[in-house]
Amino acid sequence: MMKSTQQLEQQLKRHSKAAKLEIWGKVVSFSALILIVAVVVGIIGFVASKGLATFFTNHVSLWDFLSGKSWNPGVTDANGKPEVGALPMIMGSFLITVLSAIVATPFAIGTAVFMNEISPNKGAKILQPVTELLVGIPSVVYGFIGLSVVVPATRAIFGGSGFGILSGTCVLFVMILPTVTSMSVDALRAVPRYYREASLALGATQWQTIYKVVLRAATPGLMTAVVFGMARAFGEALAVQMVIGNAALMPGSLVDPSSTLTSVLTTGIGNTVMGSLQNNALWSLALVLLLMSLVFNLIVRLIGRKGRLQ
Amino acid sequence: MMNPKTQNKVAIGTLYGVAGLVVLILLALLGYILVSGLPQLSWHFLTAPAKAFLKGGGVGVQLYNSFYLLILAMLISFPIALGAAIYLYEYAKDNWVTTTIRTAIEILSSLPSVVVGLFGFLFFVVKLRLGFSILSGAFALTFFNLPLLTRSIEDSLRTIDTTQREGGLALGLSRWEAVTRVILPAAVPSILTGVILSAGRVFGEAAALIYTAGQSAPALDFTDWNPFNISSPLNPMRPAETLAVHIWKINSEGIMPDAKAISSGSSAVLVLAILLFNFAARYLGKRLYKRLTSA
Repeated sequence: MMKSTQQLEQQLKRHSKAAKLEIWGKVVSFSALILIVAVVVGIIGFVASKGLATFFTNHVSLWDFLSGKSWNPGVTDANGKPEVGALPMIMGSFLITVLSAIVATPFAIGTAVFMNEISPNKGAKILQPVTELLVGIPSVVYGFIGLSVVVPATRAIFGGSGFGILSGTCVLFVMILPTVTSMSVDALRAVPRYYREASLALGATQWQTIYKVVLRAATPGLMTAVVFGMARAFGEALAVQMVIGNAALMPGSLVDPSSTLTSVLTTGIGNTVMGSLQNNALWSLALVLLLMSLVFNLIVRLIGRKGRLQ
Repeated sequence: MMNPKTQNKVAIGTLYGVAGLVVLILLALLGYILVSGLPQLSWHFLTAPAKAFLKGGGVGVQLYNSFYLLILAMLISFPIALGAAIYLYEYAKDNWVTTTIRTAIEILSSLPSVVVGLFGFLFFVVKLRLGFSILSGAFALTFFNLPLLTRSIEDSLRTIDTTQREGGLALGLSRWEAVTRVILPAAVPSILTGVILSAGRVFGEAAALIYTAGQSAPALDFTDWNPFNISSPLNPMRPAETLAVHIWKINSEGIMPDAKAISSGSSAVLVLAILLFNFAARYLGKRLYKRLTSA
């Protein structure tokens, strides 16, 4: 008798099959999520530890790194300090990013307005599929076209080698155009229809409605689109590397060969020995790149928060 | 000062011009790729191995490597992304832990692919001594792919009406069963669309691969399917240059006499593959939806 009550108790207290499955599922799916977080932490941790070695192990001062103008990590200058001035690359990256965003923004927003406000029909039929397809085109293809079309054209018009920031800007402009356009379309779509109806009912023309109502209401979304485009331009490696000329010099003009953080990384990291100063200095560039992408992320967040409050 | 009506006309006209110009640029781009690339395509080009110093090589090995890497990367990343998406959809509470995790995923998706590649180089190639290999490349691609795939699967799950989940729960299903037996099957078409679209992105990725899967493509013996032989196509430890890396490599080294023709052809193949992925995503998504929902 005693035994059977115990058995019954055990049976009642045991997890059912479904409950076990539930726990198992929860654990497995949570571990998948944790794995992704671990990857993020791992990437930031590894790159940071490598990138900081330049400053802590090789005792390069941060200021020299950020403001020095000559990049030649294998060589020491007159004072016996290694030449690891990253300013030319940082300048190159920022110039190319800002310039391509300045050129791409009016085109992207203009096209988005056209697609959403003026001719939704043509927009959906022609522009939408084309931009969607172009978002997916691999960056090396953009780089190759830059190399075979843009560089010769720049050479013919401005002389010189044709490699440089101008060519890089042209390539990045075309590359981020579809991304910024399709995100701008999303931003415009989020503006409620009755905003437009109210404005038109007040007697405003279509342009007045677009300019004074729709664009103002969509500003946070449009800014997010542009920042995303800039982040993509800043982090793009191969397409830029193929057309910029890869000379680690301060950019004297837009048509001189120069370099960006990403271009130096792609060409350099395979030619240096792990743990050497040359190698560590490259990882410091990677760290700058990583930090900048975090900053872009932060900006997007801030814009989003501000947009919500209004 | 223009009157509002003229202003309106001028502005709308300008917008027509801008949109027209953008269409022109984009179509010229597509046209250039296809017009310069399609004449290069032939059976020989798609199957023959590359030649380093001579004319007339193909991209057979690179094309195979691209697909092999794509499949491996998807096999690794899909289960992880699915698990993560299910947790975020079903179990994640709205608290700071979830917010932090979401932020981490967002950061991963915004990292430049070259940084992901460099991490892969440091961790898999050097630390774990996998060398320049398909496996290292597949892991790097997984990292690159995970955040986007997770988000797309989670979005797919969210499009399913919550009444379905509630119905399942009301019938006594556990939450795990409700998700895997009720929501997941209904979301299959849109998950598939997301997977194929992300496959297109992975297929064309190069920056994450040059220091993980390597920049050389040893000749393969397509009769030897033992994964432990070095010349076997299935061997995951061999270096494998993909099509996208190939385009970059031959253009920045410039020792191949017909580099331009090969690049044009390869670019066309890449773009056609992306086009194919896009159409497949749309077509299969619709087809499956019809089948599964009997709509």
